Amino acid sequence: MHNFDFVKPSTIADAVKALKAEGAQALSGGQTLVASMKQRLAAPATLVSLTGIAEMKGVCLGDGGLHVGGATPHADVAREAARHYPALAALAGGIGDPQVRNRGTLGGSIANDDPAACYPAGVLGSGATVVTDRRRIAADDFFQGLFTTALHAGEIVTSVVFPIPQAAAYEKFDQPASRFALTGVFVAKYADGVRVAVTGAGGDGVFRWTEAERALSANFSASAIAGLSVDPSGLIHDLHGTPEYRANLVKVLTARAVQAAG
Amino acid sequence: MTKVSMTVNGKAVSGEVEGRTLLSTFLRDGLGLTGTHVGCDTSQCGACVVHVDGRAVKSCTIFAADVAGATVKTIEGMANPDGSLSTLQQAFQDNHGLQCGFCTPGMVMASAAFLAENPTPTEAEVRHGLEGNICRCTGYHNIVKAVLQASGQDVSKIAAE
Repeated sequence: MHNFDFVKPSTIADAVKALKAEGAQALSGGQTLVASMKQRLAAPATLVSLTGIAEMKGVCLGDGGLHVGGATPHADVAREAARHYPALAALAGGIGDPQVRNRGTLGGSIANDDPAACYPAGVLGSGATVVTDRRRIAADDFFQGLFTTALHAGEIVTSVVFPIPQAAAYEKFDQPASRFALTGVFVAKYADGVRVAVTGAGGDGVFRWTEAERALSANFSASAIAGLSVDPSGLIHDLHGTPEYRANLVKVLTARAVQAAG
Repeated sequence: MTKVSMTVNGKAVSGEVEGRTLLSTFLRDGLGLTGTHVGCDTSQCGACVVHVDGRAVKSCTIFAADVAGATVKTIEGMANPDGSLSTLQQAFQDNHGLQCGFCTPGMVMASAAFLAENPTPTEAEVRHGLEGNICRCTGYHNIVKAVLQASGQDVSKIAAE
């Protein structure tokens, strides 16, 4: 790993200031970034730790739904969101392993936007709002492709606001070695319709299965999507699964999520 | 180089680190606490698990500077004050919960954190709770048995396999 300067501000304002330096990079839980740095896939000149910023941690109910601080570890979301938004808590509690969940954060996960990460499905499937140090970004505008988001250089995800659905569930087909989603589907039913977000399958990252959303908005039952199929073109092809395999998983997991949501 | 201070196994310690110095490196090379093992160095295997402010974490994937001021516990801090093995460590010994022993420090630290949250787990919960720790001797069965015994449950009916 190349060496770097390490700074640990205690406020969002100081972090934003530190991130203006040439070659500066934000560090949240580091569960992806540290590994990338060891492989020299990332070599920041300055690392700005966000783990000491108290105002970016925690889970609470507020305007628009459940507010989760950007630097809140997955383990805390799993515990503290359980009575407000159980599907989101379950998603957080299924990421990686216990040690990863004690460090990895919501903001770090969605800023990285790994195409097989769980949180992008929860954020997009909830129609959440990503709050940064300078603006609010709708989930539909936030995720823009593989490891690509609407964030500008030096912009920090300070929190995410999740509207709380009437019913929801996340179904993940584990890739057992990495514990990322080989494919995962988040289904959430709101008064104005159903959202279905798919991770681990899309060649351009997380996406909404709009055909299923329409069918489920009319009839929220697994049978509503029985006649639908997912076009495999553009889905991920790797040694773990073909596009056709993933296309089938999307449908199977969507049906399971609808059943689990009840 | 910057100076970091933290509390490790109840003692105030400090040392000079680079930005890139990992917590595992600081513990092993800086403090000589070589009980924390580095297996994969990619946060897969869990041999390097320690507790930071009471939470189990993989010390190969945290920078020492990021935990300045924290309270850290390593395998060297797990025995009873008189030097005898803790209940959990004794359970590993009683049940032959280790073969080569390389994964054992991480297994003990992960198990201790797990039992703190779930004092009377089922076997399935133990296996799920130790998902982040790999035993390359594949000695999982007796590790799980040891954790169950440490939780005060009767493991006499669980056969060694």
